[in-house]
Amino acid sequence: MTEPLPVLDVSHLSTHFATAKGVVRAVDDVSLRVQSGQILGLVGESGSGKSMTGFSILGLVDPPGKVVAGNVLFKGQNLLTMDPERLRQLRGDRIAMIFQDPMMTLNPVLRIETQMVETLQAHQSISRSLARTRAIEALADVGIPSPAERLSAYPHQFSGGMRQRVAIAIALLNRPDLVIADEPTTALDVTIQGQILALVQRLCRERQTSLIWITHDLSVIAGLADQVAVMYAGRIVESGPVQSVLAAPLHPYTEGLLGAIPALHERGEPLRAIPGATPSLASLPTGCAFADRCPRAFAQCSVPLGETEIAGDAGPRRTRCWLHSPVPAPMPTIQR
Amino acid sequence: MLVFLLRRVMQSGVALLVMSVLVFVGVYAIGNPIDILVNPEADSAEIERATAALGLDRPLWTQYLIFLQKAFSGDFGNSFVHGSSATQLILHRMPATLELAFAALVIAIVLGIPLGLWAGLRPESASGRTIMGLSILGFSLPTFWVGLMLIMVFSVQLGWLPSNGRGSTVDLFGLPVSILTWDGLKHILMPALNLALFKISLVIRLTRAGTQEAMLQDYVRFARAKGLKASRIVGVHVLKNILIPIVTVLGLELGSLIAFAVVTESIFAWPGMGKLLIESISLLDRPVVVAYLLIVVAMFVVINLIVDILYSLLDPRIRLNAAAD
Repeated sequence: MTEPLPVLDVSHLSTHFATAKGVVRAVDDVSLRVQSGQILGLVGESGSGKSMTGFSILGLVDPPGKVVAGNVLFKGQNLLTMDPERLRQLRGDRIAMIFQDPMMTLNPVLRIETQMVETLQAHQSISRSLARTRAIEALADVGIPSPAERLSAYPHQFSGGMRQRVAIAIALLNRPDLVIADEPTTALDVTIQGQILALVQRLCRERQTSLIWITHDLSVIAGLADQVAVMYAGRIVESGPVQSVLAAPLHPYTEGLLGAIPALHERGEPLRAIPGATPSLASLPTGCAFADRCPRAFAQCSVPLGETEIAGDAGPRRTRCWLHSPVPAPMPTIQR
Repeated sequence: MLVFLLRRVMQSGVALLVMSVLVFVGVYAIGNPIDILVNPEADSAEIERATAALGLDRPLWTQYLIFLQKAFSGDFGNSFVHGSSATQLILHRMPATLELAFAALVIAIVLGIPLGLWAGLRPESASGRTIMGLSILGFSLPTFWVGLMLIMVFSVQLGWLPSNGRGSTVDLFGLPVSILTWDGLKHILMPALNLALFKISLVIRLTRAGTQEAMLQDYVRFARAKGLKASRIVGVHVLKNILIPIVTVLGLELGSLIAFAVVTESIFAWPGMGKLLIESISLLDRPVVVAYLLIVVAMFVVINLIVDILYSLLDPRIRLNAAAD
């Protein structure tokens, strides 16, 4: 079966931070694919490198961070080796990003109008009045009441949920092919979270926009995504079609994550938390980073391993776990 | 807005009143101007006559009340030394000082903000470090010494720039200004730079600190994610945010530029009101000193008001009625 050219094809992406305590491997050998019109859920705990993966794709990593390896192919073009000016032209036009905290993403001293019009004018020669009209339409699309009046307001005159709607409107202004949404609902009330989620899902489906939804909440992914990738300590430990992964996780970490979701019909039962804490990204073990906390760890787990592809009912799945490696494992090296 | 302005005017009135009492008593405590003004060989009858003529024979509080009564109609009395109106004397010298102060302010902004932005965007680079090193020099070198060095190098050694006076002036709205003639420009360059030196360093440091902080904010990253050009991100998104503290500090500093131009005016023989003040203090010319200080206080008040208004223009989150509370 030949797949169509994916919108985004990330392979072996690594982003490191050189700090005084040593090299922090924030993103380590990450590979993921997003097909046209698909939604990929990128799941992981805080500090697992999921946000940094998003920033690395867009070239928004601030020093001392640096993308040290890998390829990011957007419609076949490598974003990592691209001329900075061409990358700028793609950013905000073909690939957009929505950030976590709507209180911080909009510039407090500029009107919404300025912040929207400049996004249009950065990518096309468009008159101010036409840009205004487009901005009003975009605000209406995300459900802002009386958008023409609200255009001249400042960010502080909006609530958190409304600000996130404005940020989404800005991200979608140029009808991008891919949107990277970095936990856009985390900072919001539960009821607003649902609204924002439904809004982004609807807009992306309508426009055939691909979406990477970064979150720490697997239950959000269940209802939203087509594909899911689970990150742990800078690496993707498991990826595949969302229903297969949730129904029968391959990696013990995914299993642990699923077990830790409190369910409404299991009232009174103790929550099954994953024991231990995430390892420091500056001193990761050579083998599986989850081995210390894994209930099924064995000697082999200290040996470095790559991803294994496994055929599934709904499509191919990948995992990074010795339990599923078909290759006979080499003898473990002697531990020092 | 109106309430805000009214409240401000009342506050300023109180400040001016307190100020005038302090200065009145202060100058009285320093000494008796008659001792300086009158010919040392004058007899006691002559001294008494002079004292009476200046109104100095009455008790201090009566003198003050008379002063206050006249001050309300805009008359700050006549100079003991020159005999002419103190206000006139100061206003005559004021344009020179104002021109010098504004020239220094413009230099501080025009040099300080770009250099500060550069240093803030490239804190680790050699150029960024050099700018910061020079700004420390600007902070720590005494003004009078730098002024003397400037004269030594550019006037004495190289002979490029004149070392004193305003040069030829042109009237602009009835006030003489130097910056519109080539000769005047050459005259104002060194004193203005000398006066600006400390402020340039201040602006560089404020701008750099603000830039470094702003560049880490999410709104800058979001602006980058929107695909904006670096020039627009720095020139609009960053600059408009960091201008808020810079405007505040520069507003206050403009007052001090005007009030403390004394040193620079003395070194470059700039005919401004700072020089007049020094002369008046040494001659105990109380009406001039009082009038000068009251004018300076009034100027501080006006500048602060302008700063507050600018503030609300720069930062939509600040409302003037809130600032009055």
